[in-house]
Amino acid sequence: MRRHSVFAIAREAMRDHTGWPRAWARVEPRDRYDVVIVGAGGHGLATAYYLGKNHGITDVAVVEKGWLGGGNTGRNTTIIRSNYLQDPSAAIYEKARSLYETLSQDLNYNVMFSPRGVLMLAQTHHEVRGYQRTAHANGLQGVRTEWIGPGRVKELCPIMNIEGPRYPVLGGLWQSRGGTARHDAVAWGYARACSDMGMHILQSTEVTGIETGPGGVQAVNTTRGRIACGKLGLVAAGHSSVLADMAGFRLPLESVPLQALVSEPIKPCMDIVVMANTVHGYLSQSDKGEMVIGGGTDGYAGYTQRGSFHHVEETVRALVETFPILSRLKMLRQWGGIVDVTGDRSPILSKTPVDGVFINCGWGTGGFKAIPGSGFGFAELMATGASPLCAAFGLDRFREGRFIDESVAAGVAH
Amino acid sequence: MLSLHCPHCDLTVEETELSPGGEAHLTRHGPGSDDDSFEEYLFLRPNLKGPTLERWRHAYGCGKWFIAARDTATMQVFGTYPAQRGDCPPEIRDRMEGAT
Amino acid sequence: MTTRRLERGGRLLNRARPLGMRFDAYYVRAFEGDTLASAILANGHRLLGRSFKYHRPRSVVASGPEEPNALLGVGEGGRFTPNVRATTEPARDRLVCRSQNAWPSLDTDVGIVNDWMAKGLPAGFYYKTFLSPRPFWKHVFEPFIRRAAGLGEAPSEPDADTYETTYAFCDTLVVGGGIAGLAAAKDAADRGDRVILVEQNAHWGGRAPVDGDVVEGQAAEDWVRDALRTLDASENVTCIPSCQAAGVYDHGYVLLNERLDGDGPRERLWRVRAGRVVVATGALERPLSFAGNDVPGVMLASAVRDYVVNWGVSPGERTVIVTNNDDAYRTALTLLNAGLEVRAILDARPKADGALSRRVAERGVDIQMGRGVAKVLGGKTVTGVATCAQSGEGEVLQTIECDAVAMSGGWSPVVHLWSHCGGKLQWDAGRAMFVPDADRPPLGADGTGFVTTTGAASGDLTLAGLAVDVAQHATAPILPVWQMPEGAPHALRAKSFLDFQNDVKVSDVRLAAQEGFESVEHAKRYTTLGMATDQGKLSNINGLAILSDALGQPIPQTGTTTFRPPWTPVTLGALAGEAAGELFQPLRRTPMHERHEQAGAFWEPVGRWRRPYCFPQGKESHADAVAREIAATRNGVGMLDASTLGKLRVSGPDAGRFVDMLYTNMMSNLGVGRCRYGLMCDENGFLIDDGVVARLSDDVWLCHTTTGGAERIHGWMEDWLQTEWFDWQVHVVDLTEQFAQIAVVGPKARTVLERLGGMDVSRDTLPFMRWSAGTLAGIPVRVFRISFSGELSYEIAVPANHGLELWDAIAAAGADLGITPYGTEALHVMRAEKGFVMIGDETDGTIIPQDLGLDWAISKKKDDFLGKRGQQRTHMTDPDRWKLVGLRTLDGSVLPDGAYALDEGRNENGQRKVQGRVTSTYRSPTLGHGIAMGLVRRGPDRMGQVLFFTGSRGKTIDAEIVSPVFYDPDGEKQDA
Repeated sequence: MRRHSVFAIAREAMRDHTGWPRAWARVEPRDRYDVVIVGAGGHGLATAYYLGKNHGITDVAVVEKGWLGGGNTGRNTTIIRSNYLQDPSAAIYEKARSLYETLSQDLNYNVMFSPRGVLMLAQTHHEVRGYQRTAHANGLQGVRTEWIGPGRVKELCPIMNIEGPRYPVLGGLWQSRGGTARHDAVAWGYARACSDMGMHILQSTEVTGIETGPGGVQAVNTTRGRIACGKLGLVAAGHSSVLADMAGFRLPLESVPLQALVSEPIKPCMDIVVMANTVHGYLSQSDKGEMVIGGGTDGYAGYTQRGSFHHVEETVRALVETFPILSRLKMLRQWGGIVDVTGDRSPILSKTPVDGVFINCGWGTGGFKAIPGSGFGFAELMATGASPLCAAFGLDRFREGRFIDESVAAGVAH
Repeated sequence: MLSLHCPHCDLTVEETELSPGGEAHLTRHGPGSDDDSFEEYLFLRPNLKGPTLERWRHAYGCGKWFIAARDTATMQVFGTYPAQRGDCPPEIRDRMEGAT
Repeated sequence: MTTRRLERGGRLLNRARPLGMRFDAYYVRAFEGDTLASAILANGHRLLGRSFKYHRPRSVVASGPEEPNALLGVGEGGRFTPNVRATTEPARDRLVCRSQNAWPSLDTDVGIVNDWMAKGLPAGFYYKTFLSPRPFWKHVFEPFIRRAAGLGEAPSEPDADTYETTYAFCDTLVVGGGIAGLAAAKDAADRGDRVILVEQNAHWGGRAPVDGDVVEGQAAEDWVRDALRTLDASENVTCIPSCQAAGVYDHGYVLLNERLDGDGPRERLWRVRAGRVVVATGALERPLSFAGNDVPGVMLASAVRDYVVNWGVSPGERTVIVTNNDDAYRTALTLLNAGLEVRAILDARPKADGALSRRVAERGVDIQMGRGVAKVLGGKTVTGVATCAQSGEGEVLQTIECDAVAMSGGWSPVVHLWSHCGGKLQWDAGRAMFVPDADRPPLGADGTGFVTTTGAASGDLTLAGLAVDVAQHATAPILPVWQMPEGAPHALRAKSFLDFQNDVKVSDVRLAAQEGFESVEHAKRYTTLGMATDQGKLSNINGLAILSDALGQPIPQTGTTTFRPPWTPVTLGALAGEAAGELFQPLRRTPMHERHEQAGAFWEPVGRWRRPYCFPQGKESHADAVAREIAATRNGVGMLDASTLGKLRVSGPDAGRFVDMLYTNMMSNLGVGRCRYGLMCDENGFLIDDGVVARLSDDVWLCHTTTGGAERIHGWMEDWLQTEWFDWQVHVVDLTEQFAQIAVVGPKARTVLERLGGMDVSRDTLPFMRWSAGTLAGIPVRVFRISFSGELSYEIAVPANHGLELWDAIAAAGADLGITPYGTEALHVMRAEKGFVMIGDETDGTIIPQDLGLDWAISKKKDDFLGKRGQQRTHMTDPDRWKLVGLRTLDGSVLPDGAYALDEGRNENGQRKVQGRVTSTYRSPTLGHGIAMGLVRRGPDRMGQVLFFTGSRGKTIDAEIVSPVFYDPDGEKQDA
């Protein structure tokens, strides 16, 4: 792997950039790997990466039916925060956030992590209490957040309308070290590092069946042949139920559309990320200048990767109300993805009823911010059989009634 | 943006009048049931990529529940029927099977 | 002067109506019918902007919304709009517009430094650098990048315009008012369909009038006029100009965005449900990729003739045309007919002898076959071209002096609306275009196609397939030319632009392929090709063809990126519509709302309702108001508007059985005339609501819910009744808005009611937890002896239209007793003093009744109720669960909201362990110190223990575990 740096660019500029190698190798599938991971999104690639980096396991294939990073990793609104209420959530999201802080250097790939701060607005007394509770919890969890009043909110975000008239801003939960990153770069950075470790990323390779036997998982059948594996990690977000079905178990999951949109780019007008749960919308400005807008899911199952337009209208309405200068900007593009939502809206990182098969899913609308933490923990779970980061997120929590419910503190999009 | 035929009103109505209710025809398991059955009832779902049966309420209309047979991958709707029955009418079932 | 107004011509102009505008420092003379682009060009200004990355000078390239370069900031103050396409914005008298993304001026932009460094700034360079030192990304690199990025300025004032939304239904929606669209609309109208026809321009006809086509024997212009007349005369047809179809959505839903003139709303959003959609959106011309194809003065060949014919503007005195197809020859004829010079035609094809090229040859124009442009000469404006052999490597054969270049690389059908809901494309190699695959249309609810295409949008550029007769010219085939010249070396490829706004060159796409970004989506995202405000309308096909070539694979294998709405950008204010400010959401008020407003209420949003939080008198703080309201109530009498609480009437032969399933308590044995506090859980066992249930008669129960819970719990009830127990005979009615409800509370409450007269409210007749119907002050009422405050309390339900009347009567009757209206905060404090839980405070979606010491409300006699099984799960019966207690700080202070009680040590993830938390906390004016309720591990077994709670700034606060009932523990007062 050629090391990235400004010197490398200068050198390559001299020879018309002909020396840049492939970011990830083009490979033919072998007939067996120690570990096969299904899904080359951020979570799947990060899992592979940490299997190699932390556990020395590099005989790994990541199998992807489309193009790597093409699912939710390539469609999200790039928000990174860890201001969650429940201990297990805070732990894994904070692990992710702290890994994001040095990810560009770790991967030698600029993922453009921008710690510009995330603000959760409180517009009802119930929200005020909820976020104040979260602030207390975060302090004990090692997550740096603080409760701030409306004056400070306005300072951080001058374009916000804090007066209402409908829902005046009562304050907010501020995480100054949350922020954003460039979503594609996260996938590409991990993919390049995995490839560099000799792992195989098999794009355009769809899993069509999972073979199990008395000892557990044997192999996956794919459109490029049968691949035997010692362990299998299913990390396919919206398609998790489809894969689980192949392996012979079911999940507490519903796959629903999630939409987002961007405006045309304008000069910088907003430095922070704002999430406004009462009115259901969140907003930030990308490095390119586009206003990035998201809201809640379409509430019913769908695998089309597109949604109903009235949800977009509701989100835009809420944000134009909260940020009046948005009104004359124009929606440039809208899109959708498929998010998998669990019974308690928290993820599943777990062994499964099939030996050797592990599942990482259910991130709902909160997947992007978790990528490094999820990969770190899931790799540990697959490699050693246990992981403190994953312990609370087992599949068995539902039958036990041990919900991890973030709805008090959840962002509009978890 | 969906439009579904409310079998109670006999009208095709916009998604904005409707409120979704998840998977249809779940079997309720109450006190006395084993853990597996209870978990199945509350949580485990086929979550199919393809024809499924799902519940809808005509919330901003007659307020009644009905069930739609819809393909979650193509948005094709095979039919709707009142929720006050325990199973899918055979003609709708046939149309769903024809699609797979 | 390179560009200027022609003395004659301009079919869209009204030369009798001159206008004046300002563009940057220039005064611009225009006519009604001009666009900003045509007017600015007519005044001799070619430079309209700077590209995004390299800040290269940019001019107009196209004539419609596909324009990538000429983006201006238009208007001022509350009517300032950034990123306006000069090619589609109508000229208006006194309009002010300015260029974007250049400093200090458009002409001399320091950003050009990026262009000088272009070799070091290829696609994706930023992924490979800015890595160290690490803090520099946040503090140095990123702020710089952000400031350099963006195009237009953000508006600084609220929008002074309004927007409107409307709905429409039709059988056939036709998108596009060119020949094909008009013909399709006429057909549909003849069939009797309800038809809506939309056209994004203010003028109809599409390309045909500009290109001088003959339709059904008539000049296109005349045919169009007649067609419109016919359509306008039909009752079942609605024609909407200046209206784009922004997106096609599932089940035939189409979003239209109409631009309005005049003083009313600025734009109108149409939400249309169409039986079928006919897409007649035409095709867009493609640029050719040669070095310097972005220099101001290089324009699409069809745009050149649009400016000449539509707006009487000369894009150049001496134009060189470069093409790979016959269509560009029309431009030669148009220029010649306008008296402008065509210096040469460089035709990349080895030979071509269509009718058009013969006509041009007859006019003496120098036509060179097998030739292309090696390089455009000139920086800020075209000064000439260096020609070469198309099949070579760019060796210059000739230099031709010129001031404009018209390029045509072929045409791409506009397939966006076809694609939005999954319509597929196929590659037509003969015509070098992606066309809709009619066998794989987007499918509607019935599983059949609901969109068709017609005309150029189908790839039928000559409209040969239409039912109307359009005169045909014999044409020679196109030669696909994706790189000019074919063997261009890197130096030329690095100046051959694909995406003019984002500065993506042929060399960038090849670099993406080299680095393994082989999927068309990867290549797009890596290079940012097609991600600018034009969303790749002029660049996508060229880009994917280059990618295919670099990968050595055929174009269909590469495919296209996903087409997403909107077709062209839609104003966010138009999407928000009229729902802004006071109209942002519906507001629910009680019948006494005005009276509270007059009393100086400070309002709190509770769901969609407004409830008074407190009633500050004079300069009182909220805390003082709350204290006063509590004192008045506990010592005398207070009154509360409780109308917002839900009221659900459950009746029928199976109503008792039903309420027994809904509540944890036994409700079927509640006697008529009695009330019982009940809990509702979901099937997980978690508390979802609480409220008092009253037995109205043998088969009628009245269930109260929390404010904002009425619809949710009603829905919950209907869900069970309709989908599970649908053979039970139960009827539920939501009466929340039918009745106002007023609580009269305090030691003197009975006195007030007795003064009103009409019914017996004595202790014997109406004891605690009973209800009674009668009249008060002549108004029919139902009175409940229930108490949330712990005082003697009557909740009076009255028909809503009498609510205000009764409120006033009560206020009058209690005036000399100092009756005091109190708000939600006083309500909350008083209930906390009594240890009464509140849904949403003590519960958070994971709390079961057993956690709150409400085991007594869970019937042991019932075999089943909703939530019973859920509560039997292991985690729910764990003795270590946190349970409800009262908390009292040792120093009398108020515990902070949400504070946690610390425990020893840390967990596996390094987090501090905790053993409890505060759920409600207030200063109690009644008791004179802070009180709180909380959940603590094994709390009720640990009375008297002191816990350390998190305070602010790392401090801890000591609090003792006590009973949650701080006031009147024996309940004597509420029983009075």
